[in-house]
Amino acid sequence: MKQLVILGAGTAGTMMANHLHHELKHPDWQITIVDEKEEHHYQPGYLFLPFDIYTPEDIVKRIDEFIPKDVKLMRTKINRIVPSENKVELAGGDVLNYDLLIVATGAKIAPEEVSGMDGEEWHKSVFDFYTFEGALALRNKLREWEGGKLVVHITEMPIKCPVAPLEFAFLADSFFKNKHMRDKVEITYVTPLSGAFTKPKATEALEHLLHEKHINIESDFAIESVDNEKKEIVDYGGRSIPFDILVTVPTNKGDELMERSGMGDDLNYVPTNKATLQSKEYENVFVLGDASNIPASKAGSVAHFEAEILTENILRYIKGEPLKEEFDGHANCFIETGGGKALLIDFNYTHEPVEGTFPFPGVGPLRLLKESRMNHMGKLAFRWIYWNVLLKGTHIPFVSATMSESGKHYETKETV
Amino acid sequence: MEKTIAGKTITVNEEGYLTNFSQWDQQVGEALAAEAGLALTPRHWEVIKYLQDEQKAQVALSIRRVGKSGVVDIKEFYALFPVAPLKTATKIAGIPKPASCI
Repeated sequence: MKQLVILGAGTAGTMMANHLHHELKHPDWQITIVDEKEEHHYQPGYLFLPFDIYTPEDIVKRIDEFIPKDVKLMRTKINRIVPSENKVELAGGDVLNYDLLIVATGAKIAPEEVSGMDGEEWHKSVFDFYTFEGALALRNKLREWEGGKLVVHITEMPIKCPVAPLEFAFLADSFFKNKHMRDKVEITYVTPLSGAFTKPKATEALEHLLHEKHINIESDFAIESVDNEKKEIVDYGGRSIPFDILVTVPTNKGDELMERSGMGDDLNYVPTNKATLQSKEYENVFVLGDASNIPASKAGSVAHFEAEILTENILRYIKGEPLKEEFDGHANCFIETGGGKALLIDFNYTHEPVEGTFPFPGVGPLRLLKESRMNHMGKLAFRWIYWNVLLKGTHIPFVSATMSESGKHYETKETV
Repeated sequence: MEKTIAGKTITVNEEGYLTNFSQWDQQVGEALAAEAGLALTPRHWEVIKYLQDEQKAQVALSIRRVGKSGVVDIKEFYALFPVAPLKTATKIAGIPKPASCI
């Protein structure tokens, strides 16, 4: 029996297990998925936890609920991958041999990369909201906070869900308005980029919103350290920004497993062909989701689009056929803008987010790069879609894996 | 668009980055630095040379990578090219603005 091993049972790994178990069956194939955790978290929900919009129960389910019965789930730590010998060494000494390996070990925050970030004030006045613990600690703080300087900060790119910190700033504005204390809170958005976002059209729209909501923006800020005593962040150029609450997105890195296995780059991401999702070094290793180094957003929607293409490529690889160079970096993100509204952006490697309608050209019902209530409903509905459709690997109707250009208002066909 | 600098005609994009590296030479680099208010020292040139070599080798540039290069640490990189060092230094070096951000 041939062995297909998936490392990581998060969004990407779970989707692949669900796609592939229909295709690769006993007695020809055994699919095994390895993850040390017991819980599957709906990570986009971390954004809503600090504002008491979601409860922990909305976000957490058991991993095994989403893994098909004929896929073997192993709850073990992984010691290292030995790609030259086609094997994975597990903690405790067990070895998994594989014919095909899928790496879906994700990305996580590394606050230790910045001096003082995980110091005394960590989870007291310095918070992250990219972990369950961080988001929960921040919720408890915000429930009692009486106001002051709130600084929302990105350490360096790339990060998971690059729009999340902006959404956090927008939701904070709404949150304090609803608590009738907006006048007591000064919100500052600090970014290493030159503007609010990475793509020009979206940056324009988002900066307009920041301005409208009286959120200050400090750009080109490359953080050197967090001063726990003075409560300020300091950049390499000597600029400092004081805070009463710092909500930071620390450096994101791939899993240390990649470092132990010698398979990662300087941020532990696995060098991957951006069109086929095959590892650049090992032909029987495929990488999807946040674990790869491809220049697409690190987001669940990207992993979803990748999974459809990767499933096909794995079947082609098994048959000895050439791989499809089809993945175009497609991402689709709702951006909460507060006050019960949201924006929607749809983009890929070469086409930046623009205005238009989605998914039906000229019809919608969702509008691209424009605030609307419908988009907000879409974002909230997405949690249900995530648990019930997305993880199960079911195709989302009318939304193709590669991006569609129709219904979008491009000025020219030029690339970004 | 075209632009005349240091007695040469160069083609730049809307942000002022050269679109054709073959049009770059040391004088162009110096003139672009002057536009950014910088006078280039030998240390500046070492960094510029390093960035050009990395670009030639198709390495994706980022502040982190420059800091770990052994050529210059981040603190000095900022001292040499204040405010937005990678953007300024790549512009002077005649190479594209790094797409280190997604």
